[in-house]
Amino acid sequence: MKPAPFVHHAPRTLDEAVAVLAEVGHDGKVLAGGQSLIPMLSMRLAAPAHLVDINGVAGLDSLTVDGGYVRVGATVRHRGVERSEEGYAVLPLLRQALLNVAHPAIRNRGTTVGSIAHADAAGEMPSIAVLTDAVIEVRGPQGSREIAAGEFFTGPLETELAADELVTAVRFGRFAPGTRTGFVESARRSGDYAMAGVGVALTAAEGTVTAARASFVSVTDVPDVLDLTPVLAGASAGDIASRSDDLVTAVREHVAPEGDIHATADYRRMLAAELTRRLVAEVMSR
Amino acid sequence: MNTSVATHDAEALVPVHVTVNGAPYGASVPARRLLSDFLRHDLRLTGTHVGCEHGVCGACTILLDGEPVRSCLMFAVQAVGHEVTTVEGCGTIESMGPVQQAFTECHGLQCGFCTPGFITTITAFLKENPAPTQDEAREAISGNLCRCTGYQNIVKSVLRAAEIAGEQAGKTR
Ligand SMILES: Cc1cc2nc3c(=O)[nH]c(=O)nc-3n(C[C@H](O)[C@H](O)[C@H](O)COP(=O)(O)OP(=O)(O)OC[C@H]3O[C@@H](n4cnc5c(N)ncnc54)[C@H](O)[C@@H]3O)c2cc1C
Ligand code: FES
Ligand code: FES
Repeated sequence: MKPAPFVHHAPRTLDEAVAVLAEVGHDGKVLAGGQSLIPMLSMRLAAPAHLVDINGVAGLDSLTVDGGYVRVGATVRHRGVERSEEGYAVLPLLRQALLNVAHPAIRNRGTTVGSIAHADAAGEMPSIAVLTDAVIEVRGPQGSREIAAGEFFTGPLETELAADELVTAVRFGRFAPGTRTGFVESARRSGDYAMAGVGVALTAAEGTVTAARASFVSVTDVPDVLDLTPVLAGASAGDIASRSDDLVTAVREHVAPEGDIHATADYRRMLAAELTRRLVAEVMSR
Repeated sequence: MNTSVATHDAEALVPVHVTVNGAPYGASVPARRLLSDFLRHDLRLTGTHVGCEHGVCGACTILLDGEPVRSCLMFAVQAVGHEVTTVEGCGTIESMGPVQQAFTECHGLQCGFCTPGFITTITAFLKENPAPTQDEAREAISGNLCRCTGYQNIVKSVLRAAEIAGEQAGKTR
């Protein structure tokens, strides 16, 4: 099917974009990479009268490392974040996770900020946003505001964002020195949405864990952080296996997956726990 | 803003001028025209195929400024100012590109419906990775679906295309 008719707005500045969005309100949708929105338009799951295309808006296309954050502008493609050596040097988790987001052809258009605004529980980057304590930078008719990632996601495909607001950038937080990260997921086919996925950040001092956290993909309604410090504190690479039972139990209790044609809820729960166990061991052994 | 944006006409025709395979093209189309349909219906460049129209099959993959993208997940108006390369730009029957040459040698296609998307995807991939392993070749085509071949010969084609491209680069050096 084809999208229903709409008016295409191509603002060149942020002020213009916000003004158009304010005027069209609930009849309008932001168009970023289009990799989630255009399929929805073509299937007529959405038929907004106005699309506010932000691809030409000046000043939204850069990735910068500033202080404790990696700041990603709203029109930076997944591929741009994945390829950024500057970003990788200070926050390898971004690339580790992005390699699992769809296929290169989708990542060349889709934006990292757009996937966070889209708030799909099966998306990798919303999960990474909460794991890194990211800050969502928002602009609307009333001016700018910032929302902590932990408060941004309110339900599947639902966020704190109002219809006349725009996410201008996401600042992913950097981890404490001595933190190693990893990301792994299991999908039916490379690049497909995961049946379950997990990212971890393990902080260690003198070879033993001092802090540990994880967040998940496709097995929670809303991405949130599981603090694994109580389970893993004091463990070293040599004795991490002795924590496996507690680790698996903690994950199984945290996740709340739903079943579908690809995998039952039970299977996804088992998968999330097992992926976490393997990932923690792998990150510790590096 | 003086005039209300909310009263604009959604069916109005917008002039779209783009460079496709190095040549200038133009047509006036409604904003909702997908780039895939613009190429096929308005520009009559029917090499680009349309399968699923929601990003999954990869048949419509074109190169936008040299990078593979789904033409079914872009609007024609968004291609203004960009360079589009379709399968027609990857070689001709008289002078096939390395990927096309490899597909004919390795029996990389049967019905050919999926082929334009594979050719563009692999052309861009080999620029980034001129000497892929078999695993890398397999990963590179994981976003393109083929209902006929079972993929084995497409993986062979990727590896063969890398060889041909390498030989050609050697000759021109
Ligand atoms: C075949 C296929 C496979 C995919 N697989 C995966 C996958 O495995 N994992 C994954 O995470 N994603 C996957 N995606 C989705 C992809 O990552 C999208 O790029 C992403 O979800 C949305 O980003 P976008 O820039 O394309 O946003 P768009 O599609 O343009 O927009 C999506 C939604 O977010 C809103 N929006 C976007 N940007 C902003 C902004 N700056 N401010 C306010 N609202 C905004 C839009 O209004 C819209 O409602 C896949 C897509 C396809 C087609
Ligand atoms: S037609 Fe575009 S990906 Fe299938
Ligand atoms: S050759 Fe028929 S779909 Fe690939």
